[in-house]
Amino acid sequence: MNRIPILKLHNILLISIQTDLHDVIIQALQEDILTEISRTGAKGALIDISALDIVDSFMARTLRDCGMMASMLGAKVVITGIQPAVAITLVDLGLDLSGITTACDIDTGFEYLHKEAGIPDFK
Amino acid sequence: MMMQNIEIKEESDIVVSRRMVREIAQEMGFGIVDQTKLATATSELARNIYRYAQTGVVVVEKETDPDGIRILFEDKGPGIEDTEQAMEEGFSTTPGSLGLGLIGAKRLVDEMTIDSTVGVGTTVMIFKHLP
Repeated sequence: MNRIPILKLHNILLISIQTDLHDVIIQALQEDILTEISRTGAKGALIDISALDIVDSFMARTLRDCGMMASMLGAKVVITGIQPAVAITLVDLGLDLSGITTACDIDTGFEYLHKEAGIPDFK
Repeated sequence: MMMQNIEIKEESDIVVSRRMVREIAQEMGFGIVDQTKLATATSELARNIYRYAQTGVVVVEKETDPDGIRILFEDKGPGIEDTEQAMEEGFSTTPGSLGLGLIGAKRLVDEMTIDSTVGVGTTVMIFKHLP
Protein backbone atom coordinates (compact mmCIF):
# COMPACT_ATOMS: atom_id res chain seq x y z
CA MET A 1 0.00 0.00 0.00
CA ASN A 2 1.18 3.50 -0.84
CA ARG A 3 1.73 5.77 2.13
CA ILE A 4 1.61 9.52 1.90
CA PRO A 5 4.89 11.12 2.96
CA ILE A 6 4.93 13.47 5.95
CA LEU A 7 7.62 16.16 5.98
CA LYS A 8 8.59 18.23 8.99
CA LEU A 9 9.56 21.87 8.68
CA HIS A 10 10.59 23.30 12.05
CA ASN A 11 7.59 22.46 14.23
CA ILE A 12 5.05 21.97 11.47
CA LEU A 13 4.21 18.78 9.59
CA LEU A 14 3.67 19.16 5.86
CA ILE A 15 1.50 16.76 3.94
CA SER A 16 0.66 17.08 0.27
CA ILE A 17 -1.87 14.57 -1.01
CA GLN A 18 -1.05 13.91 -4.65
CA THR A 19 -2.78 10.60 -5.12
CA ASP A 20 -6.42 9.58 -5.44
CA LEU A 21 -7.36 8.61 -1.91
CA HIS A 22 -8.34 5.03 -1.26
CA ASP A 23 -10.05 4.54 2.09
CA VAL A 24 -7.13 2.59 3.53
CA ILE A 25 -4.59 5.23 2.43
CA ILE A 26 -6.36 8.09 4.19
CA GLN A 27 -6.89 5.98 7.30
CA ALA A 28 -3.17 5.18 7.35
CA LEU A 29 -2.40 8.87 6.82
CA GLN A 30 -4.51 9.84 9.82
CA GLU A 31 -2.61 7.39 11.99
CA ASP A 32 0.77 8.47 10.59
CA ILE A 33 0.06 12.17 11.24
CA LEU A 34 -0.90 11.50 14.85
CA THR A 35 2.14 9.29 15.38
CA GLU A 36 4.41 11.97 13.91
CA ILE A 37 2.86 14.72 16.06
CA SER A 38 3.42 12.61 19.14
CA ARG A 39 6.95 11.58 18.10
CA THR A 40 8.22 15.02 17.02
CA GLY A 41 6.18 17.33 19.22
CA ALA A 42 5.04 19.22 16.13
CA LYS A 43 2.60 22.01 16.98
CA GLY A 44 0.83 22.09 13.67
CA ALA A 45 0.11 20.12 10.52
CA LEU A 46 -0.71 21.49 7.10
CA ILE A 47 -2.49 19.13 4.73
CA ASP A 48 -2.64 20.35 1.14
CA ILE A 49 -5.40 18.74 -0.93
CA SER A 50 -5.21 20.99 -4.00
CA ALA A 51 -4.52 17.95 -6.19
CA LEU A 52 -7.70 16.17 -5.05
CA ASP A 53 -10.59 16.45 -7.50
CA ILE A 54 -12.94 14.59 -5.16
CA VAL A 55 -13.54 14.56 -1.41
CA ASP A 56 -16.43 12.36 -0.36
CA SER A 57 -18.07 12.08 3.06
CA PHE A 58 -15.68 9.36 4.25
CA MET A 59 -12.58 11.34 3.29
CA ALA A 60 -13.99 14.56 4.77
CA ARG A 61 -14.88 12.80 8.00
CA THR A 62 -11.43 11.27 8.28
CA LEU A 63 -9.79 14.68 7.73
CA ARG A 64 -12.10 16.29 10.30
CA ASP A 65 -11.43 13.55 12.85
CA CYS A 66 -7.71 13.92 12.22
CA GLY A 67 -7.96 17.62 13.17
CA MET A 68 -9.87 16.79 16.35
CA MET A 69 -7.44 14.06 17.36
CA ALA A 70 -4.44 16.27 16.63
CA SER A 71 -5.83 18.98 18.87
CA MET A 72 -5.94 16.45 21.71
CA LEU A 73 -2.21 16.06 21.14
CA GLY A 74 -1.76 19.82 21.24
CA ALA A 75 -1.38 20.42 17.50
CA LYS A 76 -3.47 22.43 15.05
CA VAL A 77 -4.38 21.05 11.64
CA VAL A 78 -5.13 23.22 8.64
CA ILE A 79 -6.41 21.89 5.31
CA THR A 80 -5.38 23.95 2.30
CA GLY A 81 -6.23 24.17 -1.38
CA ILE A 82 -9.77 22.77 -1.57
CA GLN A 83 -10.85 23.05 -5.22
CA PRO A 84 -13.99 25.18 -5.84
CA ALA A 85 -15.95 22.23 -7.31
CA VAL A 86 -15.02 20.12 -4.26
CA ALA A 87 -16.19 22.87 -1.88
CA ILE A 88 -19.53 23.18 -3.73
CA THR A 89 -20.00 19.41 -3.63
CA LEU A 90 -19.13 19.11 0.07
CA VAL A 91 -21.69 21.78 1.02
CA ASP A 92 -24.37 20.17 -1.20
CA LEU A 93 -23.58 16.82 0.37
CA GLY A 94 -24.60 18.37 3.70
CA LEU A 95 -21.40 17.74 5.59
CA ASP A 96 -20.81 19.60 8.81
CA LEU A 97 -17.19 20.56 8.54
CA SER A 98 -17.26 23.22 11.23
CA GLY A 99 -14.48 21.40 13.07
CA ILE A 100 -12.08 21.78 10.15
CA THR A 101 -9.79 24.76 9.69
CA THR A 102 -9.17 25.54 6.02
CA ALA A 103 -7.13 28.03 4.05
CA CYS A 104 -7.12 28.73 0.34
CA ASP A 105 -3.44 28.00 -0.18
CA ILE A 106 -0.29 26.88 1.60
CA ASP A 107 0.90 30.47 2.26
CA THR A 108 -2.36 31.35 4.02
CA GLY A 109 -2.30 28.04 5.85
CA PHE A 110 1.14 28.80 7.23
CA GLU A 111 0.02 32.28 8.20
CA TYR A 112 -2.89 30.75 10.14
CA LEU A 113 -0.64 28.30 11.96
CA HIS A 114 1.76 31.13 12.77
CA LYS A 115 -0.78 33.76 13.88
CA GLU A 116 -3.88 31.98 15.09
CA ALA A 117 -2.31 28.83 16.43
CA GLY A 118 0.62 30.71 17.98
CA ILE A 119 3.25 28.67 16.23
CA PRO A 120 6.52 30.65 16.08
CA ASP A 121 7.42 32.10 12.70
CA PHE A 122 10.51 30.52 11.23
CA LYS A 123 10.96 32.87 8.28
CA MET B 1 -27.63 4.09 -25.49
CA MET B 2 -24.10 3.41 -24.36
CA MET B 3 -23.40 1.36 -21.25
CA GLN B 4 -20.38 0.71 -19.13
CA ASN B 5 -20.10 -1.74 -16.25
CA ILE B 6 -17.70 -1.55 -13.35
CA GLU B 7 -17.57 -4.42 -10.92
CA ILE B 8 -17.12 -3.63 -7.24
CA LYS B 9 -15.09 -6.40 -5.65
CA GLU B 10 -12.49 -4.65 -3.57
CA GLU B 11 -12.07 -1.28 -1.92
CA SER B 12 -9.97 0.14 -4.75
CA ASP B 13 -12.92 -0.40 -7.12
CA ILE B 14 -14.62 2.55 -5.36
CA VAL B 15 -11.86 4.74 -6.80
CA VAL B 16 -12.06 3.01 -10.21
CA SER B 17 -15.83 3.57 -10.42
CA ARG B 18 -15.73 7.26 -9.51
CA ARG B 19 -12.90 7.90 -11.99
CA MET B 20 -14.84 6.14 -14.74
CA VAL B 21 -17.99 8.15 -13.98
CA ARG B 22 -16.03 11.41 -14.05
CA GLU B 23 -14.48 10.48 -17.40
CA ILE B 24 -17.83 9.61 -18.96
CA ALA B 25 -19.47 12.75 -17.52
CA GLN B 26 -16.65 14.85 -18.93
CA GLU B 27 -16.98 13.25 -22.38
CA MET B 28 -20.73 13.89 -22.29
CA GLY B 29 -20.14 17.59 -21.70
CA PHE B 30 -20.94 17.95 -17.99
CA GLY B 31 -19.12 20.89 -16.37
CA ILE B 32 -16.48 20.47 -13.67
CA VAL B 33 -18.93 20.97 -10.77
CA ASP B 34 -21.38 18.38 -12.12
CA GLN B 35 -18.51 15.98 -12.84
CA THR B 36 -17.39 16.35 -9.24
CA LYS B 37 -20.93 15.87 -7.90
CA LEU B 38 -21.44 12.73 -10.02
CA ALA B 39 -18.05 11.30 -9.03
CA THR B 40 -18.76 12.03 -5.35
CA ALA B 41 -22.24 10.47 -5.47
CA THR B 42 -20.68 7.43 -7.15
CA SER B 43 -18.04 7.20 -4.44
CA GLU B 44 -20.71 7.26 -1.71
CA LEU B 45 -22.91 4.62 -3.37
CA ALA B 46 -20.08 2.35 -4.51
CA ARG B 47 -18.75 2.43 -0.94
CA ASN B 48 -22.20 1.36 0.28
CA ILE B 49 -21.99 -1.68 -2.04
CA TYR B 50 -18.52 -2.54 -0.78
CA ARG B 51 -19.42 -1.96 2.86
CA TYR B 52 -22.77 -3.70 3.03
CA ALA B 53 -22.82 -6.21 0.16
CA GLN B 54 -19.05 -6.64 -0.46
CA THR B 55 -19.63 -7.08 -4.19
CA GLY B 56 -21.86 -5.56 -6.83
CA VAL B 57 -21.82 -3.68 -10.07
CA VAL B 58 -22.00 -0.03 -11.14
CA VAL B 59 -23.71 0.46 -14.51
CA VAL B 60 -23.26 3.80 -16.26
CA GLU B 61 -25.69 4.66 -19.05
CA LYS B 62 -25.76 7.65 -21.37
CA GLU B 63 -29.36 8.62 -21.95
CA THR B 64 -30.57 10.64 -24.90
CA ASP B 65 -34.23 11.31 -24.11
CA PRO B 66 -33.83 13.38 -22.02
CA ASP B 67 -30.08 13.90 -22.28
CA GLY B 68 -28.34 12.81 -19.13
CA ILE B 69 -26.40 10.21 -17.26
CA ARG B 70 -28.01 7.32 -15.42
CA ILE B 71 -26.00 5.27 -12.96
CA LEU B 72 -27.19 2.06 -11.34
CA PHE B 73 -25.62 0.55 -8.23
CA GLU B 74 -26.67 -3.08 -8.00
CA ASP B 75 -25.85 -5.61 -5.33
CA LYS B 76 -27.13 -8.89 -3.98
CA GLY B 77 -26.40 -7.88 -0.42
CA PRO B 78 -28.57 -7.96 2.71
CA GLY B 79 -30.98 -5.30 1.41
CA ILE B 80 -32.35 -2.28 3.26
CA GLU B 81 -35.18 -2.95 5.72
CA ASP B 82 -36.64 0.53 5.69
CA THR B 83 -35.56 2.61 2.67
CA GLU B 84 -37.29 5.71 4.05
CA GLN B 85 -35.34 5.47 7.29
CA ALA B 86 -32.14 4.82 5.32
CA MET B 87 -32.71 8.13 3.53
CA GLU B 88 -32.89 10.08 6.79
CA GLU B 89 -30.02 12.37 7.57
CA GLY B 90 -27.65 10.89 10.10
CA PHE B 91 -29.09 7.40 9.87
CA SER B 92 -26.48 4.69 9.57
CA THR B 93 -25.95 1.16 10.73
CA THR B 94 -22.19 1.76 10.72
CA PRO B 95 -20.76 3.15 13.97
CA GLY B 96 -18.93 6.45 13.44
CA SER B 97 -20.44 7.00 10.02
CA LEU B 98 -21.98 10.38 9.28
CA GLY B 99 -24.98 8.64 7.73
CA LEU B 100 -24.70 10.85 4.70
CA GLY B 101 -24.11 8.23 2.00
CA LEU B 102 -27.62 7.90 0.60
CA ILE B 103 -29.10 11.28 1.48
CA GLY B 104 -25.86 13.01 0.48
CA ALA B 105 -25.77 11.26 -2.89
CA LYS B 106 -29.39 12.26 -3.50
CA ARG B 107 -28.55 15.92 -2.96
CA LEU B 108 -25.89 15.76 -5.67
CA VAL B 109 -28.13 14.49 -8.48
CA ASP B 110 -31.52 15.29 -10.06
CA GLU B 111 -33.21 11.97 -9.36
CA MET B 112 -32.55 9.03 -7.10
CA THR B 113 -34.55 5.87 -6.44
CA ILE B 114 -33.87 2.91 -4.18
CA ASP B 115 -35.25 -0.53 -4.87
CA SER B 116 -34.40 -2.96 -2.12
CA THR B 117 -35.60 -6.31 -0.85
CA VAL B 118 -34.24 -7.78 2.36
CA GLY B 119 -32.23 -10.91 1.62
CA VAL B 120 -32.29 -10.26 -2.14
CA GLY B 121 -30.37 -7.08 -2.78
CA THR B 122 -30.46 -3.39 -3.52
CA THR B 123 -30.47 -1.27 -6.65
CA VAL B 124 -29.92 2.46 -6.31
CA MET B 125 -30.47 4.57 -9.44
CA ILE B 126 -29.28 8.12 -9.88
CA PHE B 127 -29.87 10.42 -12.84
CA LYS B 128 -28.50 13.82 -13.73
CA HIS B 129 -29.68 15.91 -16.67
CA LEU B 130 -27.14 17.28 -19.08
CA PRO B 131 -27.53 21.05 -18.78
